[in-house]
Amino acid sequence: MKSHVSILSCLMVGLIVAAPVFAQDDVRGELDYLKKRVAELEKRLSAQENRTVPMPAYTGKNPSAAALDADIDAEFMNAGSGDQWFNKTSIGGYGEMHMNFNDDADDQIDFHRWVLFINHEFTDNIRLVSELELEHSLSGDGKNGEVELEQAYIEMGLGNGFTVKGGLFLTPIGILNEVHEPATFFGTERNLIEREIIPTTWWEGGLALTKTFEETGWQFDLAVHSGLNVPTVGGSAFRPRSGRQKVSQANANEWASTVRVRYTGIPGLEIASSVQYQSDITPDAAFSEKNDALLTEAHIDFRRGGFGLRALGAVWSVDGETPEALGLDEQWGYYIEPSYTFTFANGNKLGFFTRYSQMDGARGEITQWDAGVNYWPIDNVVFKADYSNVEVEGGDTSDSINLGIGYHF
Amino acid sequence: MKPSAFIASSFKGKPQAGALTLSKKMQVEIKRFIGRAYSPAKVRYWTDGTRTAWILSEIGKTKPITTGYVVAKGKIERVQVLIYRESHGWEVRQPFFTRQFSGAGLDHKAKLSKRIDNISGATLSVTALTKMAKLALYLERQRVGS
Repeated sequence: MKSHVSILSCLMVGLIVAAPVFAQDDVRGELDYLKKRVAELEKRLSAQENRTVPMPAYTGKNPSAAALDADIDAEFMNAGSGDQWFNKTSIGGYGEMHMNFNDDADDQIDFHRWVLFINHEFTDNIRLVSELELEHSLSGDGKNGEVELEQAYIEMGLGNGFTVKGGLFLTPIGILNEVHEPATFFGTERNLIEREIIPTTWWEGGLALTKTFEETGWQFDLAVHSGLNVPTVGGSAFRPRSGRQKVSQANANEWASTVRVRYTGIPGLEIASSVQYQSDITPDAAFSEKNDALLTEAHIDFRRGGFGLRALGAVWSVDGETPEALGLDEQWGYYIEPSYTFTFANGNKLGFFTRYSQMDGARGEITQWDAGVNYWPIDNVVFKADYSNVEVEGGDTSDSINLGIGYHF
Repeated sequence: MKPSAFIASSFKGKPQAGALTLSKKMQVEIKRFIGRAYSPAKVRYWTDGTRTAWILSEIGKTKPITTGYVVAKGKIERVQVLIYRESHGWEVRQPFFTRQFSGAGLDHKAKLSKRIDNISGATLSVTALTKMAKLALYLERQRVGS
């Protein structure tokens, strides 16, 4: 009897001790089972999300395939947008602040340009492009700056590579006139030639037709638009830059036309030439002399790897006794700008450039050297530092160190 | 070229359509390629098993550029700009430019294995196409791995 009691006691003690162990094993088993099920479900869910389904052949004969095609096209046509007006309207902009340390004038800091683009797509092939600019930070009576409408045109795609635009647009001349976001060029200040000979930023009102040949890289532009109205006396007489009317109640007695041929058919290369004819750049009735003028421009912009080269030449031929007497019947200028840009592993870029410019125009005979550096932490933001040496024939030589910050989005 | 025509011309037979859902983890990695999370978070693709077509959109200057990419064995095989909405920078549509991407893969530093030459006056559009090329290669990696 005693031995039976002992055996029973042992069994009971054994069961009591073993029970939690059995329970733990059960829980572990349950957990393993659940883990396995969750993994299976995750796999099935993932497979379902990334499933592949058969698509009909794109024969064009199967109506359901055609409907599917239409769906696909509609989906991507509206990529990133919808039917609401705000989805068809986009904004962008750029800005640049400059600091100039001058050896013969006061040092200066200036938020030179703050620009806002507002574009709107009315339909797939009719759109509005507009650009509003605040120059020198402050505008108004007696202030240094201006609020300017630099672009506002309606562009229509006509098919077969033809595009027409009407309104206020940038004239298709030079490298910087149409593309001048600060992160896209070297130097804090824009170059001398595309300031004095080609009065960048230069916009006029009118109509323009563009034909592009995408397969070969050719582009042809023809624009008919308002023209310059240059002063005829004083220090700025016959200076193209002083003749910009900015489409502000502008004299439209005389018109101008611009033709451009552009070739970009080789990687990294752009070669272009523009010719502009104006029947009279002094259209004011008060000045009776007729001064028809022809501007001829050509440039090359080449980039291969880190190496870059920009070179541009432009010349004005102005008819009439007054410009001839002032020695301004021929105004010309050119520059050449080699550069090298290093790209680092983190995407930062550091570029070095030098530029030699020479011109003869309303501001005299000028030779300018620039050299400096651009640093891009990202493609949309640039920090600039450069040195300029300007020599005016028969006049002063001046030096400056320039710093700049620029962005676009 | 219409997106449907791009898909049709990229495959001999009929492709299988699918969609890859971008997880939070994927979006973190995508930021390395395009600087932001990609939208829509469900990206459609077409594949015949060895080659996959992706249609992606990225902002050039102010408008999205919709571009088709065909990826095979981890390398770009074909790039075609499908819908170009910008008024400048159309040069990225040219075959001489898009051909540069052929054979490009993605290296471990999130860079393309081939140098893509820029186009004067079209820098922003070139950047957009390059970002999308990296994204297409990344998405294909994720699709194959999933």
